[in-house]
Amino acid sequence: MREVTVRDVLREALREEMQRDKSVFLLGEDIGRYWGGAFGVTKGLAQEFGDERVRDTPISESAIIGVGVGAAITGMRPVAEIMFGDLSALAMDQIANQAAKIRYMFGGQAKAPLVIRAPFGAGVNIASHHSQSLEAWFMHTSGLQVAVPSTSYDAKGLLKTAIRGSNPVFFIEHKLLYPIKGMIPDEDYTIPFGVADIKREGSDVTIIATLYMVHKALAAAEKLSKEGINAEVVDPRTLTPLDRQAIVKSVKKTGRIVIVTEDCKTAGVSAEIAAVVAEEALDYLDAPIKRVAEPDTPIPFSPPLEKFVIPDEKSIIKAVKEIVH
Amino acid sequence: MIEKTKLLEMYQRMLEIRLFEEKVFELYGQNLVPGTIHLYAGEEAVAVGVCTNLRKDDYITSTHRGHGHCIAKGADMSRVMAEILGRKTGYCKGKGGSMHIADFSIGMLGATAVVGAGIPIAAGAGLSIKLRDTEQVVGCFFGDGASNQGTFHEGINMAAVWRLPVVFVCENNLYAMGTRQSMVMAIENVSDRAVAYGIPGITVDGNDVLAAYEASRQAVNRARKGEGPTLIECKTYRQKGHSRFDPAAYRPKGEVEEWLKRDPIHRFKTKLVEMGALTEEEDQKLKNEAAEAVEKAVKFALESPFPEPEEALEDVYAEQEHVNAT
Repeated sequence: MREVTVRDVLREALREEMQRDKSVFLLGEDIGRYWGGAFGVTKGLAQEFGDERVRDTPISESAIIGVGVGAAITGMRPVAEIMFGDLSALAMDQIANQAAKIRYMFGGQAKAPLVIRAPFGAGVNIASHHSQSLEAWFMHTSGLQVAVPSTSYDAKGLLKTAIRGSNPVFFIEHKLLYPIKGMIPDEDYTIPFGVADIKREGSDVTIIATLYMVHKALAAAEKLSKEGINAEVVDPRTLTPLDRQAIVKSVKKTGRIVIVTEDCKTAGVSAEIAAVVAEEALDYLDAPIKRVAEPDTPIPFSPPLEKFVIPDEKSIIKAVKEIVH
Repeated sequence: MIEKTKLLEMYQRMLEIRLFEEKVFELYGQNLVPGTIHLYAGEEAVAVGVCTNLRKDDYITSTHRGHGHCIAKGADMSRVMAEILGRKTGYCKGKGGSMHIADFSIGMLGATAVVGAGIPIAAGAGLSIKLRDTEQVVGCFFGDGASNQGTFHEGINMAAVWRLPVVFVCENNLYAMGTRQSMVMAIENVSDRAVAYGIPGITVDGNDVLAAYEASRQAVNRARKGEGPTLIECKTYRQKGHSRFDPAAYRPKGEVEEWLKRDPIHRFKTKLVEMGALTEEEDQKLKNEAAEAVEKAVKFALESPFPEPEEALEDVYAEQEHVNAT
């Protein structure tokens, strides 16, 4: 076992898959020799694999994804980077109408093993165009798979599964996770999609959390345990497919649920998970479903404003205490 | 000089497309075609001129007006017709319909109904060819309207800077739906835009199959030799309205008649007769054969079952393969 940051582990996964399969290549803005990506995920890969397989592109998000689709349906395994998740809006037709539907529309003839990586999330004061959490857009798009890793271990295993798979995957990276370290095994491993992970076992309340919120939920659970409340933290790890069973199973055990996500509350990821619980485990609930999410605003710039709209330990603890007495 | 057999094959393909489209129009009137249709009648010279230069393993991307592209690339008319009629035996098992036909086995990478969206996808197929080093070529069909989309700029720029083996074929039929080109472009020739990307651009008479053939022959050769993309603009005309619902009242009086005089099939026939490559008798024979082939396609399609409703749930995702650790 080794301790590695999420940033480094993503690079390891890309490197190992590029070594393993020559149809894997990377494209994106400034991912090459000089920058290695705005967050340094691809740093050094252009030097190692050459400019043909680690391609700097023009600032043309539609073409980055469209080129990825065209390459994917003709035998390649492109991994496209969108510099900031917010900018996926520029490529939305290629993502939602082309990549996601190309298999279905053509009656199963096409396979589009395209991975789109992009950093999302707030916390570094870069305001409304570089800080959103838009997982729900992609979760709402049939034909896409959506991965939401929260740890080094999950990031590596899920990225490998995404690259080796046969479907378009939106691979969400939370920018605050990049420097966070975690243990990973030395040997090659993958993590299947649709399998949630219990990050902390507990019996009094289930906290479902994704991405960076998993870490906030774990910190909140630590504090709650000192007050005698034993929280279980469940990380779905992929939103499509969603491990409904794991969510329902945990709720049946604890009878209470708090859902913590960084995206907007209305029609967000938390809404879908709440609906799953309402449909499949209502009779097991001893208290109303609680959601801790962004209060339906764009992400503001100034530190006190940004801090206010992003869920934190305090808001998680407060939500738990409202339903655990 | 093109061999006689090849010329006659081209002529026959054009006849097939025309008769196919006339039949689709007729079936639509009989309420046998769900949804809408966008007919290629009048533009046959472009698809046939371009696709005659392509190998079976070369790719094309297509548009909402795509029946002609499919047939020109060598698709089975029966399965095209079955798809248009929403049948289980159609190329896309009834999931795509008239605007979304693909046949990956002949490199027909599918028709997208989002105007301009196929342009970056064609560039991506070109990049794949370059990385796999296979000397294939991509023919990318789109209309004059698509050349005003951002994807036109982004896709062609990327193909140009990476010298990708793509032939961009703009079928300029003068109208984007009902909007005349002069209302939305300050230039007369879409091919002028090639200058902005540092690639060759050429405008040809899109109703002259030999002109479309020659321009694309040079562009395909260039692409295959790794010399990069070309933008070919083929000036042509949509003989019907935009879709089945469009009576096309926006066209000035006399314009249709003018263009009908330049009908690509009639012109090619006249030329073939002049060249001594075709007699009236042979012409009639080819027309009968094309009509028979279309009838066969219609029969196949009409006798084919509709898909089972539950098939709507299939093909959203591919089965996961080799995701296990090695």
